[in-house]
Amino acid sequence: MPSEATCAEAVAERIAHPLQHWPLRSIRADEPAGVSKQALIGRFKAQLGRLGADLIEVGSVAEIPAALANYVAANVADDAAGLARIRMGSDAFLAALPWSSTSGLEIATGKAEAADVIGVSRAIAGVAETGTLVLVSGADNPVTLGYLPETHIVVLEAGAIVASYEEAMQSVLVATGGRMPRTVNLITGASRTGDIGGKIVMGAHGPRRVAVVLWAA
Amino acid sequence: MTARAQFDADIDAALADAPLQRALADVPAGFVAGRRRAREELPEFEPLRRVGRDIRDHALAHLDLYLEAFEGNATKAGSRVHWAASGDDACRIVLDICRAAGARTITKSKSMVSEEIELRERLQDAEFDVVETDLGEYLVQIRNEKPSHIIAPAIHMRAEDVANVFRRQHGHLAADRQLDTPEKMIAEARGILRDKFLAADVGITGANFLVAETGSAIIVTNEGNADLTMSLPKVHVILTSIDKVVPTFNDAWPLLRLLARSATGQAFTAYTTIVTGPRQPTDPDGPEQCHIVLLDNGRTELLASEMRSVLRCIRCGACMNHCPVYCSIGGHAYNSVYPGPIGAALSPALAGAGQAAHLAEASTFCGRCEQVCPVEIPLVSVMRQWRSLALEQPRSRRARLMLHAWARLAQHPRIYRWCAGIAARSLKWLAGSGARIRRLPFLHAWTDYRDLAAPQGGTFQQQWAQRDRKRAQRDRADVSAARARKSDSAP
Repeated sequence: MPSEATCAEAVAERIAHPLQHWPLRSIRADEPAGVSKQALIGRFKAQLGRLGADLIEVGSVAEIPAALANYVAANVADDAAGLARIRMGSDAFLAALPWSSTSGLEIATGKAEAADVIGVSRAIAGVAETGTLVLVSGADNPVTLGYLPETHIVVLEAGAIVASYEEAMQSVLVATGGRMPRTVNLITGASRTGDIGGKIVMGAHGPRRVAVVLWAA
Repeated sequence: MTARAQFDADIDAALADAPLQRALADVPAGFVAGRRRAREELPEFEPLRRVGRDIRDHALAHLDLYLEAFEGNATKAGSRVHWAASGDDACRIVLDICRAAGARTITKSKSMVSEEIELRERLQDAEFDVVETDLGEYLVQIRNEKPSHIIAPAIHMRAEDVANVFRRQHGHLAADRQLDTPEKMIAEARGILRDKFLAADVGITGANFLVAETGSAIIVTNEGNADLTMSLPKVHVILTSIDKVVPTFNDAWPLLRLLARSATGQAFTAYTTIVTGPRQPTDPDGPEQCHIVLLDNGRTELLASEMRSVLRCIRCGACMNHCPVYCSIGGHAYNSVYPGPIGAALSPALAGAGQAAHLAEASTFCGRCEQVCPVEIPLVSVMRQWRSLALEQPRSRRARLMLHAWARLAQHPRIYRWCAGIAARSLKWLAGSGARIRRLPFLHAWTDYRDLAAPQGGTFQQQWAQRDRKRAQRDRADVSAARARKSDSAP
C-alpha cells in the first residue's frame, strides 16, 4: 500500500503535468511534422457538413458583413421594414468589421434577449476532429447569444482550426491569459433531440440553425 | 410483496405490454447501429476504452485527494462546494439554497443523481414550481412516471403517447391543433419550456465530469437545455456524485470521445460545456451564485469493496442498449433508478442488497454489456458477485433444496455426467422430430417466453471427449504421413 505522502505527490504531479493521451491515429499525419493546416481545415468543413451546419466561406475580413447579410436574407425572415436584427457582444474583432458597407442588418449589442432571432459570436477555435466550435463566455461574446436565438452565426478564422480539444483548450487559455472563463462552450452542430419516437429533430431548445462564417486572410 | 416478487410480476407485465414492445423494437437497436458506425470511424476506439478505464481507475484510487483538489480549486473560482453523505442531506442542501434565493420557479436539466435522491419530488413537496427541461425528462414528469433509460428517459413512449399527454397537459392551447409529427410536438414543448427558462430563479444541472485542476464541471446535452438552465437564473446548482472527478482536462477529453460514441453514436454531443464558477465581474450574463453539491450515498462503501470498478461508469447507457434482457422488458420493470446491467451492478450498492440484489438475476451473462462498456467494467462478474450475495437472503424451501441439489451434483463429476446424459436423451425425446421444445414440464418459467433448443447430439462433455479423440487420431495420422514422406525423400 503506497503511503499517503506518495499518493499526494502522485496526484500533485498528475495535475501539474497532465498526461498526453493525444493524438489520435485517425487524425495524426504519418509525417512527423504533423497534419497540415489545410488538411485540418478540410476535415473541419467536412465534419460541419455532416452535422447539418451551414458554411459561409469568405476570402477576407472585409467580406464578412456582406456574406453574413446575404445568408440572413436567404435563410431568416426579416421584419416588415426589411431589416433583420442581429445581436452580438462587444468583441473588438466583430465591432471593427465594416458593417456600414452592407444594408439590411440592424445591429444590437449586449446579452441575448428573449425576442432575439439571430445571435452572432466569434469562436476562439475550431476542432477539426468533430467540427466543434469553441467559444468563451464574457462581455465580448455573451454566452446566451448561442442558446436563445433560433439562428446562431459564428465567425471563425480558418487559422484558428486545430486538430483536437486538447489544443483548443490551449487556444482558450492563450486568449484569456490563463484565466478560466465562466463557461467554455464546445458547440457541435445545432440543438437537437431524439426524445420523441427516436427521430432526430433540430431546434429542441437552442438554435435550429448554426452557420459558420469561415474567413482566411 | 417482496422487491423480488414485484420484479417477476413487472417482467410478466412488460412482456405482455404490446405498445411497450413496439417502442422497444426500434430505439435501442438504433443506438446499437449508431455506436457501431461511430466505432468503425474511429480506428483507435478499442485502445481508447483502455485509456478510459485507466483514467477512471487512477481517479478512483486517489478519489479523496482529487476531491480535495477539486474543492479547493472550485472554491477559488467562486463556487460553493457542499458535501452530502445521503440523498436526504443533498435534498436538504438544495432546498436551503432555493429558499435562500427566494425561488419560485426552478428549471432542471437531466441528472440521474437527482432521480436517485428524488429531488424533483422533494422540491415540489416544498411548493416550488419545478420543471424538467430535457424533453424526455419533461415527458416523464408530466406523465408522472420515472425515466426508463439513463440517456433516453422517455424511450418507452411512442409519438402518439406524447401527443395525448400534450393535449391533456397544455390545456390552454387550441384543442384542434395538429400534433401529428415529432417536429410539431417539439415546437410546442419549446414554447412552453422557453417561458419556464426565462422565469426561473434557480437552475439545477448535473455534471458528467468534474475536473480537479480547475474546479470545473463538464456538462453535456444535445438540446442545449443545460446551458439555458445554468445561464439564465441567478443561481446555478450543480448536483452530482463524488465519483465523477478526473484529474485534468487531458483526462476528460478521452472520456468525452468515448461518451457520445457509446451513447448515441454521435462523435461528440452537440453541447459540451465547461463551467467554472459563477458570473465574473465583467460578464453580462450567467448566475450570481454557483453551488456544487457532491453526493456520496453509498459510493464510499462501494469504493472500498471488491466491486469498485462499477464506479468507473460514465453513464452512456451502452450496456442497456446491448442487453437482451433490457431490450425485452424495458427500464421500468427493474424498478430501479439505473436499469439494465449497470443498474444490476450499481443499484444494490446504493439501495441496499435486500432491495436490489435480485436485479443481477435478470441477465443471461452473455457479456455483450462488458464488450461495449467504454471503461471496461466487468459487469458480468460484478453481477455474479451480487448473485452469490443474494443467496444469503432468505428464500423459499424449494429454491434452497434445488440449489443444494445442484451444488451436490456439480461437485460429483461422475454423477453429473450420468444425469446430464439422461437429461440430454429425455430432451431429445421430448422434442421428437423438431429442433425446439415449446413447453417443458415443471420448468414452464423458461418456456413461457422462449423455446428451448433441443440437444442434437450427446452432452457437451461427450462431444468434447469425442473431439479430443478425433484430434488425437488426426495427429497420429499426420505423424505417420510425415514419416512416410521423410523415408520417400531419403537418399
